[in-house]
Amino acid sequence: MALDVADPGLSIPANLPDEHGRFGQFGGKYAPETLMPALDELETAYHEAMLDPAFAAELKVLSRYFVGRPTPLYHAKRLSEIAGGAQIWFKREDLAHTGAHKINNALGQGLLAKRMGKPRVIAETGAGQHGVATATVCALLGLECVVYMGEVDVARQSPNVFRMKLLGAEVRPVTSGSRTLKDALNEAVRDWVTNVDNTFYIIGTVAGMHPYPMIVRDFQSVIGREARAQCIEFLGRMPDYVVACVGGGSNAMGIFHAFVHDPDVALIGVEAGGHGLASGMHSASLVAGEVGVLHGSKSYVLQDAHGQIREAHSISAGLDYPGVGPELAYLKDMGRASFVAITDDEALEGFQLLCRKEGIIPALESSHAVQYAMALAKEVGDPEKMILVNLSGRGDKDLNTVSQALGVSL
Amino acid sequence: MTGSRIPGAFAQAKAEGRTAIIPFLTAGFPTLAESEEIFLAMVRGGVDAIEVGVPFSDPLADGATIQRSSEVAIANGVSLDDCISLVRRLRETHGVTIPLILMGYYNPIFHYGCEQFAHDAAAAGVDGVIVPDLPTEESDDLLAACRAHGIDFIFLLAPTSTDQRISDVAERASGYIYCVSLTGVTGGRSSLPDLGPYLARVREKSTLPLAIGFGISTPDHIRQVAAVGDGAIIGSALINVVEQAPEGGRAAAAESFIRGLADAAKS
Repeated sequence: MALDVADPGLSIPANLPDEHGRFGQFGGKYAPETLMPALDELETAYHEAMLDPAFAAELKVLSRYFVGRPTPLYHAKRLSEIAGGAQIWFKREDLAHTGAHKINNALGQGLLAKRMGKPRVIAETGAGQHGVATATVCALLGLECVVYMGEVDVARQSPNVFRMKLLGAEVRPVTSGSRTLKDALNEAVRDWVTNVDNTFYIIGTVAGMHPYPMIVRDFQSVIGREARAQCIEFLGRMPDYVVACVGGGSNAMGIFHAFVHDPDVALIGVEAGGHGLASGMHSASLVAGEVGVLHGSKSYVLQDAHGQIREAHSISAGLDYPGVGPELAYLKDMGRASFVAITDDEALEGFQLLCRKEGIIPALESSHAVQYAMALAKEVGDPEKMILVNLSGRGDKDLNTVSQALGVSL
Repeated sequence: MTGSRIPGAFAQAKAEGRTAIIPFLTAGFPTLAESEEIFLAMVRGGVDAIEVGVPFSDPLADGATIQRSSEVAIANGVSLDDCISLVRRLRETHGVTIPLILMGYYNPIFHYGCEQFAHDAAAAGVDGVIVPDLPTEESDDLLAACRAHGIDFIFLLAPTSTDQRISDVAERASGYIYCVSLTGVTGGRSSLPDLGPYLARVREKSTLPLAIGFGISTPDHIRQVAAVGDGAIIGSALINVVEQAPEGGRAAAAESFIRGLADAAKS
């Protein structure tokens, strides 16, 4: 593939973020002073680890034998037939250990925590997938683990709360603010400010202060690297579209990153449209937000006329976040990626369709991407075109939510 | 260098042989009108400067007390505009002459626009701003706007700050430096860590007054701060006093609490 890009919209530097943690105007380090030395220390440790062949080897072995990578590239034939247009393919991150892509990053950062000699790990979680992944890695590596989770999410994702506890983690419900992911993130930062000496904070998405958006992207970029290589090896071609759901953006950046410099591959992020953009109850920061600063970085955020962060809404706890990773904001402004929104109801359609027609129960997060891919396939109309969807997680955790939405009592 | 009232206030406290008393209260807590009364009561109580807290939905450097006050203020509909207007009333209607400092997170200011904010704040009579999520690395835009309008940009330092970071702050700071007493979030504490070595490291790099905040709750703490610093910032402990006081008695309770601390500052 041509890396030599003619399209000015694709003139994206290869080594982002810059030394200030910026992706264009986005990103940065809007953090309390207490954490600044820790962020510098983390960045240094990360770069050292990346240059250490022993670190890479350990990550590779565990990714293979513990996580189960590489995950398959899978042709959703029946779904493609129903759409009646382009071919839909999945990158099966739902088959990764713990049931979602979150393990890729948790494993990388867990190894980094161990390398830095930090005995205690904290994490925030929305749907609980990152919390489960972090708890899993901490069990594997012998690290103490505390997970912050909004009270609302604790209620709607109770199976994952129990999984975390089984794995030996302490789950602390967060009762401040909207009691969802953004508040869990606030509370994790407060814990880190207090215990920064012995604690490693494993952020689960490509948001937050530098160097986190870079670190999480790099550990998740294995998704896109594998998928790109699989496309070339098995199909002898590149996909025409890469589609991923976007909450904070880790699975989207994970699959997009390897394709950013492939000019013929369109990148499309699917945000949670909740009850519809007009209702104001959604999580579509890129589609309907404004530039602001939240959780340590500049990006698109949902905010009111006075710069207060608005509560997000989505049926899927993992997308229920009023911010988004700064690199996605940059790809949007550069015209390199485009973003759309899919409502709760549409996502539920995608969820059920995938269950019935492909025998896969997807996460509600991923169902947003699936539903959009169906519409896109139809619209494209050409069976020679290929849509690659990041099927970022499996849906076992969502059975309560879905049964409620469908009016079925379990 | 600036038209700020801050240097004079610290100079006066020093001349009187005491550490400056600087209370923090979230504007709009428990209501906008009551917070205005409480600010005035504290002026009567002899404080040297006031930090007017600008409420924010996601105060990630704050403990439970200030978070709660912020949630109440936002529920009361209090915005950054209201905070600036409050300062204007304190100056114009009530004739307050001590330094008034706005303290709040960056997004409301960024959304308002740094230049517009500094312009409006200065016109209202604001002397300084403190933005806990704006370290030196990210401060350029707001710092330039504040300098242009004669507002002191008050940086925070923490016990974890390296010597290099202390130098970076010393280069940019004016007014005073906000020395965070401990590794943690805001909130009342029963005891403070040993502040001596940390404050000495900051003194080495800056001649500005050093005000110490986070955890300061009792007259004993004020004496401990007075031994090493030039000012004591009292936030959560004050909010607790306001919360526990009966309706109608909040301003009086705040004044009495602050007088108790101001007395300790003299000894």
